[in-house]
Amino acid sequence: MSVWLSQHRDALAAALRRLIAAPLNTLLSLLAIGIALALPASGQMLMSNLLQLASTTTPSPQISIFMKLDANHDAVSRTEKQLKQHSGVSAVKVVTSEQTLARMKMSEGLGDVIDALPKNPFPDAFVVTPHDDRPDAMESLAKELRGLPGVEHVQLDSAWAKRLEALLRLGRTGVNLLAAFLGVGLVAITFNTIRLQVLTHQAEVEVSRLLGATDRFIARPFYYFGLLQGLFGGLVAWLIVFVAAATLRGPVGELANLYGIDFNLVSLGTTDTFLLLAVAGLLGWFGAALSVRQHMRDT
Amino acid sequence: MIRFSQVGKRYPPGLDALSGISFEVNAGELVLIEGHSGAGKSTVLKLIAAMEHPTAGTVLVNNQNVGAMKRAAVPYLRRNLGLVLQDQKLLFDRTSFENVLLPLSIAGFPAREAASRARAALDKVGLLKREKALPVSLSGGEQQRLAIARAVVNRPKLLLADEPTAHLDPHTARDVARIFHDFHQVGVTVLIATYDDALFNLDGARRLVFDHGRLAP
Repeated sequence: MSVWLSQHRDALAAALRRLIAAPLNTLLSLLAIGIALALPASGQMLMSNLLQLASTTTPSPQISIFMKLDANHDAVSRTEKQLKQHSGVSAVKVVTSEQTLARMKMSEGLGDVIDALPKNPFPDAFVVTPHDDRPDAMESLAKELRGLPGVEHVQLDSAWAKRLEALLRLGRTGVNLLAAFLGVGLVAITFNTIRLQVLTHQAEVEVSRLLGATDRFIARPFYYFGLLQGLFGGLVAWLIVFVAAATLRGPVGELANLYGIDFNLVSLGTTDTFLLLAVAGLLGWFGAALSVRQHMRDT
Repeated sequence: MIRFSQVGKRYPPGLDALSGISFEVNAGELVLIEGHSGAGKSTVLKLIAAMEHPTAGTVLVNNQNVGAMKRAAVPYLRRNLGLVLQDQKLLFDRTSFENVLLPLSIAGFPAREAASRARAALDKVGLLKREKALPVSLSGGEQQRLAIARAVVNRPKLLLADEPTAHLDPHTARDVARIFHDFHQVGVTVLIATYDDALFNLDGARRLVFDHGRLAP
């Protein structure tokens, strides 16, 4: 094994020994980091679940196209053909004026009123499902469809999509802000812990310097200490989120059932878990680096 | 090997520990730095080991200007010299073996070779049987010998010792003095700051006598 690797292995082992040497301090630090990280991690879990819920319970957004009342059969057929050939359109459903009339007649209380009308007041219509259901793309498509010959009115069903997107954007921003604030908190916790560690091992630092240790050699166990503390704190956060998800899964599922929705609350996925641990470890390393560098500069 | 040229060292707020010091030490010499308490003996050793920087003049060690040395270069200077300080600077939460192993770990020796060298150094000072003992369980003389073992485990060409026999009984002090003599005999350059010159009344030893920060003629 190369010298470099063996020195890193020794530094990692020293960091682990230092973590174990003060179990109560370590436990309290890990709990503080874990709880701090659990808040944005829980937010991320909720966002993932909301996105999942939104994708399974909301219908695909559609565009309704109403033809002019005087549009004849040929004009309707041409429009249908144009819609079916349009690259931005995924599906087209034709609703003829006769179909609408028949459905309205079946509506309670409307039958007699409609019978009294001199002629069919309903236009032929199309219900279009777009390929791209983002609000902006739908707006653009609707504008284009308004220009088709024989079209009287185009109704865009995107308000709910806009509201949902705004809500999700707000949620994401909130989670990111929370993560940023608590990330700074984690760096502060690590900075302070490492400062105390350096003071505790002051004699060792001093002796190592006299014996020819470089700053990097001296700092290495502290860096690993910060990394491990962050990583284990991340694990605690993951555990908190996992337990919270497991505890809430039953009640949330029951509530969803009351609204006729089949929903299963899930904990953090593999990518989010990996991200949580990586960020926690890196922030721990960063806090340690700041602390050690300040100490080295001052001594 | 060592050259002091008009070296001065002033501590705040203006106390001159050394002034106008010039001398040379050749490779393989045994030099006793003598003088009363506060004469500047320890300061000379600290300047050589780059623990202090001169406020005047130059200190050359192996043709390197120690006073102008960058912080990053200092560790590599110290790896090439053995240092025995007055207060020993042992790590009391580590065994004798681990204390001696530390300079080798720092220098990046492979684990097996480092262990072998550490045991050889402990054997040289008669502490091999106490390799698992913590320094707190060692006597004053044993602690001093442990500090010497740690200083020589890297097989340095230059050995610096600051009052190595202070606080030791005469018998133990003679043992410690003999160890330094042995190292000198195998070609190591040895500088010892001491007020106990009788212990080091050895053939071939050169004396530098300091008086209030100046070298006595």
